[in-house]
Amino acid sequence: MPDNKPPQVTPSSVVGAGPNADGAAATVAAAAVLPVEADKQASTEKARSLGQDAWRELRRSWLFWTSGVLLVLLILMAVWPSLFTDVDPRQADLRNHFLGAPQWSHFFQEDWFGYNIQGQSVYARTVHGARASIIVGVCVTLAVTVLGGIVGMIAGYFGGWVDTLLSRITDIFFGIPLLLGGLVLLQAFTDRTIWTVTFALTAFGWMQIARVMRGAVITQKHADFVTAARALGAGTGRILFKHILPNVIGPVIVVATIALGGYIATEATLSYLGIGLKDPTVSWGVDISAAQKNLRQGPHALLVPAGFLSLTVLAFILLGDAVRDALDPKLR
Amino acid sequence: MGRFVARRLLQMIPVFIGTTLLIFLMVYSLPGDPVKAMFGSKAADPATVVRLRHEYGLDKPLIQQYWDYISGLFQGDFGQSFTGRPVADLMADAFPVTIRLALFAFAIELVFGIGLGVLTGLRRGKFLDQAVLIFTLIVVSIPVFVLGNMAQFVVGVKWKLVTPTVQDPQDLTQLTLPAIVLALLSLAYVTRLTRTTVAENLRADYVRTAVAKGLPRRRVVGVHLMRNSLIPVVTFLGTDLGVLMGGAIVTEGIFNVPGVGNTLYQAVITSEGPTVVGVVTVLVLVYLVSSLVVDLLYAVLDPRIRYA
Repeated sequence: MPDNKPPQVTPSSVVGAGPNADGAAATVAAAAVLPVEADKQASTEKARSLGQDAWRELRRSWLFWTSGVLLVLLILMAVWPSLFTDVDPRQADLRNHFLGAPQWSHFFQEDWFGYNIQGQSVYARTVHGARASIIVGVCVTLAVTVLGGIVGMIAGYFGGWVDTLLSRITDIFFGIPLLLGGLVLLQAFTDRTIWTVTFALTAFGWMQIARVMRGAVITQKHADFVTAARALGAGTGRILFKHILPNVIGPVIVVATIALGGYIATEATLSYLGIGLKDPTVSWGVDISAAQKNLRQGPHALLVPAGFLSLTVLAFILLGDAVRDALDPKLR
Repeated sequence: MGRFVARRLLQMIPVFIGTTLLIFLMVYSLPGDPVKAMFGSKAADPATVVRLRHEYGLDKPLIQQYWDYISGLFQGDFGQSFTGRPVADLMADAFPVTIRLALFAFAIELVFGIGLGVLTGLRRGKFLDQAVLIFTLIVVSIPVFVLGNMAQFVVGVKWKLVTPTVQDPQDLTQLTLPAIVLALLSLAYVTRLTRTTVAENLRADYVRTAVAKGLPRRRVVGVHLMRNSLIPVVTFLGTDLGVLMGGAIVTEGIFNVPGVGNTLYQAVITSEGPTVVGVVTVLVLVYLVSSLVVDLLYAVLDPRIRYA
């Protein structure tokens, strides 16, 4: 996720906390702030806005910091694997075959987590495998949020037959579970890359966001500020994007963040089933699938990538939880 | 009530047709030729290819094929798989196994999910609450295929408590481990959902009223609190039965359960179009019916909801 400079997100008191390094978290926090920008101009004197409140809450939450630090490390791993290891993940040395055992004390070295059946360094493969998982997870989430968000917004705002049509289409896609849809769709591609997997997961993943968005837009569209904006002559596009969107984006972001971990897990599951990414691509799912056949001889070849995979999923779920708790004043 | 059911049933028709059409199009219009695949690596005899295509109706336009399929479906004919076996036969073998597995998992989810959820919701912030919360987080973040493999390895291979794979799907003891693995993810969701709603409703006015008029705690929790807290849980559980049946692809694969998930996976891998479409059609029906049942259950749980 690019760090797209959140405007006045960070109160000056927390500059030292280093929020810039935390790309994903900063973006979430930025979006959390959006809803209040409108009334900020009206009353700058007001105590604290919802966004600032949420940020204050986030700063105090250990969940946020744990998941934030974990995610920074994992994203760093995806962007810049050579920072962690300079061993080629595809370099196979059969002298290490079966699984030269892990040397748990050899931190960050080639044999830290031992070798897999091909004599490849499990550590190097795990570090390089982060990229595929994180790219798929982030891209699917972005695509799903945009696609589902647009469908949900149009259905919720315009209502009538547009809503009926779009809602039925949503229902149709809901009838096919994500894993099953991805399986059938990907089977048709002989050349499966990160992008085809992203496409397949997006095609069957956008419905949840669409429903959340539709519901949120319906609750907001008769609000006074929308009527006021219309009375002032604002067009449909302006009302939707400047007035309604900032007020409904909160729940969408929470759902999307939590779902991100799920997409990463689904990508790994597809690779595990032999239908997602394939061997020359280094990915956690591919490695887990390969190691499963030799679980008895070398459980570490499965446990290490599986552990990293679970940790990533966990980090995104925790982040989503933390953001939800911060955004929901009821729980305070 | 009757009118509501009728309207819902009518609404289901376009969704049912749309979903089957979608899966039909995906299976048949995407690249990959099932007839050529039958020949394996051998060169295909053109005359035989034409004959086979005609036999399976693959030479007709896609919409015509879909129409033939749907009209066959309403007469109870699921068509024939490319191996020559009727799809209905295949499903008659697979579905009972999966239904048994899914119901087993569902029961585990229901009992432990709601039980743990209520316990932790009543004692928010206490030790048990924290422990269960951490447990659910771990379960949610470990993918099923890792969990399944580990469970099989530890419980089946190392401790030898159960057979690592299912040899006889009639034997419930052999299905225990797969059912637990299948249930765990949903169980974690049910627990968290129940916990949240119970904790929220605990502060509701009607609970305070119930306590104030001197009802025993058992009745306050068991009747007043539970009935109101179960509404979102029922929604989740209702749609989950279908998910359990369709989502058993991974679990059934690991434990070698000859159920729907396994059949479906094999069919997808070998481009067995008729089997894929048939199985998915039934799964969609299960999904649609269970969401209708959920809607009807709302009225039972919440007397404010009335269906005209």
